[in-house]
Amino acid sequence: MHRMQTDHHASRISTRNRLLCSACALVVAVASSPSLAAASEGALSRADALWLERVTYGLDSATVQRFRALGRRRFLDEQLAARNDKLPEAIQAQIDALEIEHTPVAKLVVDEIAEQKRINGLGNDEMKKDARKARNELGRQFAYQATRRELLRAIYSPDQLKEQMVWFWLNHFSVFAQKGYVKFLAGDYVDRAIRPHALGHFSDLVLATLKHPAMLQYLDNAQNAANRINENYARELMELHTLGVDAGYSQKDVQELAHILTGVGIDTHHESPRVGPRRENLVLREGLFEFNPNRHDFDDHVLLGQTIHGGGFDEVERAVDVLVKQPQCARFVSRRLATFFVSDDPPASLVDAMERTFERSDGDISAVLRTLFDSKEFEASLGKKFKDPMHYVVSSVRLAYDGKPMTNLRPVANWLNSQSEALFGHLTPDGYALTENAWASSGQMSRRFEIARAIGSGNAGLFTNEDGIKTEPTPAFPRLSTRLYFDGVEPYLSKTTLATLDQATSPQEWNAFLLASPEFNYR
Amino acid sequence: MQRRQFLQLSAGAAALPFAGISGRLFAAPANSPRFLLVFLRGGYDCANMLVPYASEFYYASRPNIAIAKPDPTGSTGALALDSDWALAPALRDSIGPMFRDKQVAFVPFAGTDDLSRSHFETQDNIERGRPTAGKQDFSTGFMARLSATLTGKAPAIAFTDALPLTFHGAADIPNISLRAVGKPAFDERQSALLTSMYAGHHLQGAVSDGLQLRQHVAKEFEQEMNEANRGAINARGFAIEAQRIGRLMREQYRLGFVDIGGWDTHVNEGGAQGTLANNLDNLGRGLSALAQELGGEWKNTVVVVVSEFGRTFRENGNRGTDHGHGSVYWVLGGGIDGGRVVGEQVKVQASTLLQNRDFPVLNNYRSLLAGIYTRMWGLSAAQLDAVFPSAQGTDLRLI
Repeated sequence: MHRMQTDHHASRISTRNRLLCSACALVVAVASSPSLAAASEGALSRADALWLERVTYGLDSATVQRFRALGRRRFLDEQLAARNDKLPEAIQAQIDALEIEHTPVAKLVVDEIAEQKRINGLGNDEMKKDARKARNELGRQFAYQATRRELLRAIYSPDQLKEQMVWFWLNHFSVFAQKGYVKFLAGDYVDRAIRPHALGHFSDLVLATLKHPAMLQYLDNAQNAANRINENYARELMELHTLGVDAGYSQKDVQELAHILTGVGIDTHHESPRVGPRRENLVLREGLFEFNPNRHDFDDHVLLGQTIHGGGFDEVERAVDVLVKQPQCARFVSRRLATFFVSDDPPASLVDAMERTFERSDGDISAVLRTLFDSKEFEASLGKKFKDPMHYVVSSVRLAYDGKPMTNLRPVANWLNSQSEALFGHLTPDGYALTENAWASSGQMSRRFEIARAIGSGNAGLFTNEDGIKTEPTPAFPRLSTRLYFDGVEPYLSKTTLATLDQATSPQEWNAFLLASPEFNYR
Repeated sequence: MQRRQFLQLSAGAAALPFAGISGRLFAAPANSPRFLLVFLRGGYDCANMLVPYASEFYYASRPNIAIAKPDPTGSTGALALDSDWALAPALRDSIGPMFRDKQVAFVPFAGTDDLSRSHFETQDNIERGRPTAGKQDFSTGFMARLSATLTGKAPAIAFTDALPLTFHGAADIPNISLRAVGKPAFDERQSALLTSMYAGHHLQGAVSDGLQLRQHVAKEFEQEMNEANRGAINARGFAIEAQRIGRLMREQYRLGFVDIGGWDTHVNEGGAQGTLANNLDNLGRGLSALAQELGGEWKNTVVVVVSEFGRTFRENGNRGTDHGHGSVYWVLGGGIDGGRVVGEQVKVQASTLLQNRDFPVLNNYRSLLAGIYTRMWGLSAAQLDAVFPSAQGTDLRLI
């Protein structure tokens, strides 16, 4: 009971709440089904607390309050509808002040290309080196702003399920900021290709990512032309984005798809390609995206046994349609979602049910997710899914700072970096692993505890401005032994963890132990 | 760290209440050989590392990125290793002298029979080390099975942020990246309390190992930095990391794994200079630093460098190369009979390419490693079968 030495008030709450908690567990039991009727006081049931941990990025007071007002069913409806992404004013103001919010992405890319050209023309190697360094630094700043914006949304948006889905799809259609000028495009990629479709139709996601210059640059399709085939994107589109590696397609299918994708590229010249009158109307241009008939192979191609006649960009749309309508696609995507939300090895019964919903709903992601969340397999899995670093870090700061607006997100970005799960930071297109064995090795656990310590100590600098200057007085450490803790976290802690917390010799240490506990490392 | 101090540290660790299952962290058998697997992730372009300079087809296939034939004077550029193969100029100063001293051998046409040409599938295939055909068991990797076979003889570690698939399935294998080392966050009391929360949990071993290893490595390198004879370490990139790996392998570990990314050169790969050359230079300097750090123990060490696949033999339209098949593996060690390009080979020409695209695989990695392990540890047929089920060991007589 060492924490009483420093926080008598909290310990009194503790005792009272434990009493409250057992009382309300009785009430819930009498109501027969967990939280169909919303409770308004006291601790959540263990099942509800864990349910809420999984549906969101982790608890904060606002989330618990909303859950109490709505109950499980309506809370889930609201999360799946995702129409409530209003951020706290201070957070919105921070985002509004970011340069990426005000700089047209086309200009950034055109500037970058012009700058690189100018640098290549410099006579002096030293000058080249310095100029490149300056450009890289600028690129890093833009990529960081995109990261910062995503972190703020993940931590503070009431649409917590949507935020998880944005991460999930960003990872599924992964791009790497440090390749070429992707760093300048990362923010736009999330905003225009991923966010609008995060809970929409899967085929829209595929097409939106296919047409986005970040993907076209990252997987080299911008270089794919009739006489210079580059099959990198075609392969990953089948293997990683739609069908999965064991879906029965051949090297020939990859090559055919690569030919279909010729001419799908990036326009950085601000002018239409010169195309003969016969194909003039086939030119497509949207922002930086361009379909250039001069680079396209108009031959007929056979993809997965279906002939796709030469015709222009509609070949690509038909090819995507062929891909997303394969049963393997429904299965692959369902299995990925179930792995993310339920279990490292999701039950076949659940994946089957999701697959059927996927096919019936034409790939409606929110419908597939509803099947998932309504399943008994989901209920049975609560508290057993290991948090990947993103879930771990976001849930930790949500609990520790409970809606208080952080002003410096660099430490958060660095924690993800140090756990090798930086946003836009995965070199290869397969994205980050969704399973525990990728994140729970000895080296990763000890590093994770260091993050727990940094958050728990309050010395991480989250409330300075981004240059490290204190803008307002901040508490010496976050008080994790709050009502939120007693209502939402304590219900699922084990006796062993509670006993260890009692041996903490300072509030900071208590915080670190809580965030390092086995229960907090699972969702 | 001297061996005596090291033993003291072990005794100290054993006295901690939570050291129970983790004695393996500090067990250091005296005479067991060392094995380090270096995985180049991304599929490195072996044809621009081990250059088939006698092949006109090579020069015809790579108009923009081919590496020029060795200069007759031999003083710069590619280094002729025999009448067919030359070493990339980027490796001339680091690996060249080691090859001359017979400490390096290359195995061209090496790799796996997985033909997916997918990075992820092929990497996983290799790390698992099982026959490609037939029922797949995804639960264990071959380094884990090797570690289990060598119980007590070969403490294992991955020098990576995450535990690689090849080490999955053994009793907990510790992992720690040595790219950067710092002070531990928790003292011994805190570490014990943290570990106690995981008593009986399946992550108990990982938690306990992680906390101990962090403390141990911090102590090890704090001392290293202060040693006068070492001075400032000015190595960069992989070299500094490899030097630290050498240090831990010299003192404690007998099985190691490290990976290096960035080899997927679809665009602007470069030739004698450029992206691939920079990566090779980084790798070569690292391996050279590793050998130096191991000192007298380098002769008891074998390093094998692998990659998931080679690349298309012809350059693509973007002065790069796409996913291919056969690779070139490296075998290094102070005591090996190297200085040779070994294994099954065919003439490099259009007609010998697989699917008119890339190098065939004539030297399967499972046979190759099985042969090396047999030489290193005298494994029985049953032990070998546990590590690489149904593999036939190929003895290249390097060890």
